[in-house]
Amino acid sequence: MEIKFDTSVQELKYKVLKEIAKGLFNDTLLEEYNEIPQRISPGPKSTMRCCIYKERAIVLERMKLALGGNKNIDNVVEVIRIACDECPLGGYEVTNRCRGCIAHRCQKECHRDAIRFDEVTRTAVIDKTKCVNCGMCAKACQYNAIQNYLRPCVQACKVKAISMDEDHAAKIDDEKCVQCGACVYQCPFGAIMDKSMMKEAIDILKDSDYSKKYPVYAIVAPSISSQYKGVQLGQVVTALKNLGFQDVVEAALGADMVAYAEAKELEEKGFLTSSCCPTFVSFIKKNFPTLTDKISHNLSPMATIAKWIKEHHPECKIMFIGPCIAKKQEIKDERVAPYVDVTLTFEELQAMIDAKGIDIDSLEESPLDNASYYGRIFARAGGLTDAVKEALAEQSSTFPAKPISVDGLDNCRLALIKARTGKIDFNFIEGMGCVGGCIGGPACLTHEPRDKADIDAYGKLSKEQTIQDSIKYYE
Amino acid sequence: MVVEVCVGSSCHLKGSYEVIELFKARIAKDKLEDKIDLKGTFCLGKCGIAGVSIRVDEQIITGVTPGNFDEVFDTYILSKVA
Repeated sequence: MEIKFDTSVQELKYKVLKEIAKGLFNDTLLEEYNEIPQRISPGPKSTMRCCIYKERAIVLERMKLALGGNKNIDNVVEVIRIACDECPLGGYEVTNRCRGCIAHRCQKECHRDAIRFDEVTRTAVIDKTKCVNCGMCAKACQYNAIQNYLRPCVQACKVKAISMDEDHAAKIDDEKCVQCGACVYQCPFGAIMDKSMMKEAIDILKDSDYSKKYPVYAIVAPSISSQYKGVQLGQVVTALKNLGFQDVVEAALGADMVAYAEAKELEEKGFLTSSCCPTFVSFIKKNFPTLTDKISHNLSPMATIAKWIKEHHPECKIMFIGPCIAKKQEIKDERVAPYVDVTLTFEELQAMIDAKGIDIDSLEESPLDNASYYGRIFARAGGLTDAVKEALAEQSSTFPAKPISVDGLDNCRLALIKARTGKIDFNFIEGMGCVGGCIGGPACLTHEPRDKADIDAYGKLSKEQTIQDSIKYYE
Repeated sequence: MVVEVCVGSSCHLKGSYEVIELFKARIAKDKLEDKIDLKGTFCLGKCGIAGVSIRVDEQIITGVTPGNFDEVFDTYILSKVA
């Protein structure tokens, strides 16, 4: 199977993950460790950085993160300092589109007296010692000649957690970070990376003798149905079983359970925000503390189905596989830690499948059917809202649900600001940290416009038509 | 006695929910609620075989269908709890 990545940064990360996975599976990592940078950057000429030695040094840093990164930092997102290109800070700058007009609206809008005009060219010049980056001049210019040059990481971070350290490298404020992973995906130099739990995953698979001594379960996020375009999802399920998992279970089944419980909770409390997305939950706790008690008390779909499996098979190990970096943080939470042992991403799964030399194309299909349509559409924005409405209807509830669905942290913020005022025309907020919902997740292999349609199409293939039919034997 | 019915994907598609219904009805009919603990389980590793897999205490029994349900129940379960 040919794998398609959105960017070469993702491909580079994948190559590193694959080499590490190979070394772990074959017990050869120690011997090969120092050779891996050379394998990935063979040289003699560098292709990405100033010289081949820096290129290899950065690969070495990626390898550390692929093996779990700095254990002293709790945040699962980390900056690779030497990989940061220290993009110019910029801020507002006048471009060559400035025509040196005579209206000088930019100057009149500036309350800091930061704009003067070059005597020769008559174009605007911003005095950086006075400018506070308010952006008024840019809005005033009729030629859009003033642009805001932000680092891509800073632009991606909607909680303003990224700043610069004394050497101009990116720095993450772990207190503010909500692990959405946008910076990881957006940094054009791949200088921010999520820590991998592949070592823990492979250790468990080996220790269980590939599910012979005790079962190891894979819980897959519903967005998996949009990830593998060239092959059948059933073949991916077989690949997981070949990796050593006893069974593959849809997190969507947990989503069915959550939808049902959340509908009840909404009716009891009258106002609720969803708890499925760990980034959204963390965003509320850190930025809207007064709304914390409005967060649904239900565990996420992942944790809900994992809890059921652990209670029925206390000896088992459970790994969650999804598009999400925040799920790596979620399983450290004391309410979730007893149920989920490892979180992997689709990127890491792909690396593990390829490290094992499993050719997905050649595999037979295995069935995957645990959930209803409604559980499966949790993968895209609006899915949870549809499911809660359906659950209320199935429970013959007369509660007047007025849900809104918001995706992307900017939209989440707007809805939460309204909720804080209390003057609102909605009583349920479905919040998804990523734009588009989980299919927009930072650790998806690809992001394509047809992903949403793929999710809905896969949802419709479910054997069980209603949420109730899907969950009735899981009490 | 613990009776686990596989609800993994393969058995689910082959009708494990129907088998659970049959178990519930039969347990009620024979008044065995106190003796049989009916549970679900994920894959028992016998997906290739027709019918649903169940586990009675530690023994795995494959190929359970609505057609042979009563026979399976009598042989593997009723004989041990009655």
